[in-house]
Amino acid sequence: MTRHLLIRSLDRGAVTFVIVVAALAIIVPVLNLATPASSALHLPTYLVALFGKYACYALLALSIDLIWGYCGILSLGHGAFFALGGYAMGMYLMRQIGTRGIYANPILPDFMVFLNWKALPVYWYGFQWFPYALLMIFVVPGALAFVFGWFAFRSRVSGVYLSIITQALTYALMLGFFRNNFGFGGNNGLTDFKDLLGFNVQAETTRNALFSISCLAVVLAFLLCRVVIASKFGKVLVAIRDAEARARFLGYRVESYKLFVFTLSACMAGLAGALYVPQVGIINPSEFAPGNSIEAVIWVAVGGRGTLVGAALGAVAVNYAKTFFTGGMLAPYWLFVLGGLFVVVTLLLPRGIVSTLRHWTALQRDGASAAAEDGVAEPLPAG
Amino acid sequence: MEPLTSALLYLDGVTVSFDGFKALNNLSFAIAPGEMRAIIGPNGAGKTTMMDVVTGKTRPDAGEVLFDGRHNLTRLDETEVAALGIGRKFQKPTVFDNHTVSDNIELALKADRRARAALVWRETAEERRRVDELLEIICLAAARDRLAASLSHGQKQWLEIGMLLAQDPKLLLVDEPVAGMTDTETRQTAELLRAINREHTVVVVEHDMAFVRELGVKVTCLHEGAVLAEGTIDQVSTNKRVVEVYLGR
Repeated sequence: MTRHLLIRSLDRGAVTFVIVVAALAIIVPVLNLATPASSALHLPTYLVALFGKYACYALLALSIDLIWGYCGILSLGHGAFFALGGYAMGMYLMRQIGTRGIYANPILPDFMVFLNWKALPVYWYGFQWFPYALLMIFVVPGALAFVFGWFAFRSRVSGVYLSIITQALTYALMLGFFRNNFGFGGNNGLTDFKDLLGFNVQAETTRNALFSISCLAVVLAFLLCRVVIASKFGKVLVAIRDAEARARFLGYRVESYKLFVFTLSACMAGLAGALYVPQVGIINPSEFAPGNSIEAVIWVAVGGRGTLVGAALGAVAVNYAKTFFTGGMLAPYWLFVLGGLFVVVTLLLPRGIVSTLRHWTALQRDGASAAAEDGVAEPLPAG
Repeated sequence: MEPLTSALLYLDGVTVSFDGFKALNNLSFAIAPGEMRAIIGPNGAGKTTMMDVVTGKTRPDAGEVLFDGRHNLTRLDETEVAALGIGRKFQKPTVFDNHTVSDNIELALKADRRARAALVWRETAEERRRVDELLEIICLAAARDRLAASLSHGQKQWLEIGMLLAQDPKLLLVDEPVAGMTDTETRQTAELLRAINREHTVVVVEHDMAFVRELGVKVTCLHEGAVLAEGTIDQVSTNKRVVEVYLGR
């Protein structure tokens, strides 16, 4: 059963993507750890951390593409799920600090001591235990997405209205997390992490391991998305995207399909946030900023909506450009560049980079028939 | 539950108003099992609203809609109505543009519609055979691997009819099936609908009087949300009030 699910979900592009990401997961740590600093092949540690960040962004982009590219749900609040996953990881990391904090309180994180709190809030219970934190990384964003989606999809909120509510959702969470009495460190968020499962988060080896794990997460999430999309469920998603009323009149319960894929997507975004936090060393309410979610949507649009591979590449490409621009004299102009990029892509490459390339190759291969252009219409293998 | 009526579809006193405008005004009629009925009427007569009410898209302000004598359709939504066995073809052909022709049919095939089932679904030989058969009926076997978006207008209309057949509904509601078709296509469509009627009950909403004549079935003429006349096409088209409504203004 699982084997046929996996087999029908893999085409050549998918296999190439998996191999490349898996290869990076091995090559990058080798270049960082096994080569002397003087070698031309040596990769500095700061780049490993940077690439790890890109991998997390790629994972977030995959989660957005799954719902936007294949089901037409444009979430402008996916940063909220990313940040919630990040906070769940942050809470675990805070509890690991223990007596090494400034106030050396074995139970309370520093910011709580500072606020004169006497006891740990109930919702912080259990986060010292990694499996519980790991569970929460999926459950918290997933549950929020489920409840939000249940109301939104049942009331048939869609299109731009849904996008606006998702913006409001992430904005409301940001305001909440900014408050000290919310119990998540307010303005400063959670930081000053020491170790993760006993490994020092600052150590080179940990950074490399986190990078590889992030790549692995990208591969697994990608395969999961492919399995979903290649199934009949995936075809129904595309059907809903293109003609929702038709799908309803055929007897498909559209809201169930949307709810499932939206929740799955939120869990993926949560995992991305959780992997992101130990690599950047901090999580604070600015991760909920509406602009972050919009930026993530731009990555997907640039890379190519409804291609998965494009979403991941778009995330890496745009963030590489961001690193490049914000690192130099051009820093003040980054937002103009990002906005300009979005306008240019929308006008000149409305399908995004990957879909446009696929479209061209399809045109060259067999003239008019461009059946594979969206990567969603490949015929099933026999049997 | 004992059926309350022998009619397959039974509308009684259905009223729908939009901001005071009565799109349906105490509309009542009944469709017998196995029947094919043509519903005609000028623009704004309430034909499409009637379909919306039957398929669960619009809730009437008053009145009763019974399916199979036992299901009150006014309490159900589109998905539930579809599950009971009512298929609907839209006025504008609506197919899944980014799916192949055969995938369109496959998505419409009668099957477990739940998300869970769709995740692990595998095509069976029986389903494959059924898809092939339907593609033959709607003359699209040669186009099975083409994207639906690339079909001509008439072909899309047929694909949508094929999707209806794939659902295997007890009742087909067909909204303007020949709009925008050539004369030949119109004739072929009339033939197709008659063939479909051998196993299914069909309600056709149409403007094209020549087409309705070609179908040769009982006609109901709607006007201002109520039934104006009912009978054979000759009876209806010579009815004084019908002539007045169609030509008088």
